[in-house]
Amino acid sequence: MTSTDQSPQTRADRATAKRMRRFDNPWLNPKLIWGASLLLFIIALGILGRFVWNLDLVFTGSTPLKLPPVGFENLRRQEGVWDYPLGTDGGGRDILALIIMGAPNSLFVGMLASLIGMSVGITLGFTAGFVGGRTDDTIRILSDVMITIPPLLILVVFQAAYGDVSLTMMALLIACFVWQSPTRLIRAQVLSMRTSGYVQMAQLSGASTPHIMFREMLPNLVPYLFGSFIANVTTSIVTAVGLEVLGLGPQRIPTLGRTIYEAINAGALIQNLWWWWGIPTLLLAVMFIGLLLINLGLDEISNPRLRKLS
Amino acid sequence: MGRIPRSYLINRVITLLLTVWIAATLIWIIPRLSPVDPAEIALGRMAAGAGSVANADEILAQLRASMGIDQPLLIQYLKYLGGALTFDFGLSTASFPTPVSQLIASALPWTLGLMILSLVITFVIGNLLGALMVWERSPNLVKVAIPAAMVFTSIPPILSGLLLMWVFSAQLQWFPLTGAYGLTVEPGWTWSFVQSVLHHGFLPAVSIVIVTFGFWALGMRGLMITVQGEDYVKLAEAKGLRPRYILYRYMIRNAILPQITAFALKIGLLVAGQVLVERIFAYNGMGKLLYDAILDQDFPVIQGISYVIILMTAVSVFLVDLIYPFIDPRIRHEGDT
Repeated sequence: MTSTDQSPQTRADRATAKRMRRFDNPWLNPKLIWGASLLLFIIALGILGRFVWNLDLVFTGSTPLKLPPVGFENLRRQEGVWDYPLGTDGGGRDILALIIMGAPNSLFVGMLASLIGMSVGITLGFTAGFVGGRTDDTIRILSDVMITIPPLLILVVFQAAYGDVSLTMMALLIACFVWQSPTRLIRAQVLSMRTSGYVQMAQLSGASTPHIMFREMLPNLVPYLFGSFIANVTTSIVTAVGLEVLGLGPQRIPTLGRTIYEAINAGALIQNLWWWWGIPTLLLAVMFIGLLLINLGLDEISNPRLRKLS
Repeated sequence: MGRIPRSYLINRVITLLLTVWIAATLIWIIPRLSPVDPAEIALGRMAAGAGSVANADEILAQLRASMGIDQPLLIQYLKYLGGALTFDFGLSTASFPTPVSQLIASALPWTLGLMILSLVITFVIGNLLGALMVWERSPNLVKVAIPAAMVFTSIPPILSGLLLMWVFSAQLQWFPLTGAYGLTVEPGWTWSFVQSVLHHGFLPAVSIVIVTFGFWALGMRGLMITVQGEDYVKLAEAKGLRPRYILYRYMIRNAILPQITAFALKIGLLVAGQVLVERIFAYNGMGKLLYDAILDQDFPVIQGISYVIILMTAVSVFLVDLIYPFIDPRIRHEGDT
């Protein structure tokens, strides 16, 4: 900061200095930024799309069937038209309108489920680590038990029995299965931090337990918490998409997974209607790559040894 | 060293039993809370087949009695738990009167085979690549190419499966589109059958491998960084051992151990992913059976499959936990003094 007045002014030096400053703040690493931009792109698509595109085209039969995207030709030698730039599916729905409606839905389910799971996990993890004794045993065994149960299989039973569910309901159901890993993570960290110097110092100076938990320890856990949150968003979306591809999940709201389900069932692979399943697949892939990049970026923040490598 | 303390063993066994019990209870209780009546579904299926059904009320009562749902809930529950212990889930309602256990038994070998094959391949490839990413002597190409390839490993296997299926089965027609073996070959231990199975299993296995190896590679990378700075590696280098020998015998051998516990946490998700891959490839395993059962609202089959898969997961986690102290003597359990 103060060294700018005497710094050598070659271009290379300035570039190095700039890079060094940038890396001083671990939250500004390129992976994190790239990942966040990919997710923002999907959110922007969902929000802006609602203003510029006619969403009535998601209704069955509102467009011609099986038109290809612009610039391509389908097996019946029909050219794509600008009215439906990403093509249409076998039920006469516009793919662009489908993804504008569907993409934010997947992200919403993931975020909501993970957020609920996180809150439960933070509460249980801190309780287990701090209270100890029988409470700790109960929470530990319960999270050990629940972590081995694949959520998809329980949810399959649930949705097969109840039929249609709303998006929020699906998020709530998934949330029942994503609280374990934050609980375990926080419990382990709390146990190791409890004996560390600054926590004992706070205890000696008479700070209350909630103060120590939330003002002293929680800030140190933030990178781990974010990492765990993002990992849970991924798990939740994978579970939601899995249910949708099995034909379960919300039936009346367009989702990316359900679009893929319908495409497979209609034999879109053999009929070479790649845009029908391919575009939702691509969008989901972008979503997952974005989440992975964010997670890698967060890893570098919480484990500085990784930073040297990239 | 390596001896399992009794308290640890008891703890693990209790966890295993609790997992299976909670899962079995959830699977049983959820459909009971729903307004759907399985007897009415069965009656509906009859009516759809025959046009109309006479004496519907009597048949309904008969069906309820044969399904055991006219009894008090507690007795139903205890009977169900007893059945679950002996893998008896009653009869399938869609392909009546085949027992559910028979359907599952015929699908299980396919699922297990595909799973073990893809797991072994992905574990070896993933850990090797993760180690090479950290190793100083690996070519620069490796250090650039692997992280780039790994970006795609965040994708769930259904998506990669769809993509591979489109390119290699629908477009290039190198591999068959669906099924676990050809329609023209006779199942048996003949060369043509084995060939057909391998041919059909290749794409599903690859679609699982290419999206899961990154998980192991990432974990291995983190562990290798820790191992790299250890004194024994420095000593080995100072002794002038060949770098490749150090990599395999000193670094990977020590770094790989915690990866085995990571396996225990991951297996649930892997299984769920594979069920979906089997569904899109119409592979003759549990995934396809589950999907068909969902379409037919065949509850005994859905319950049976969920139960068996959760049991498999819980048992593998239990085994990993038991074996681990034998492979890694550094681990000491609580109570082991």
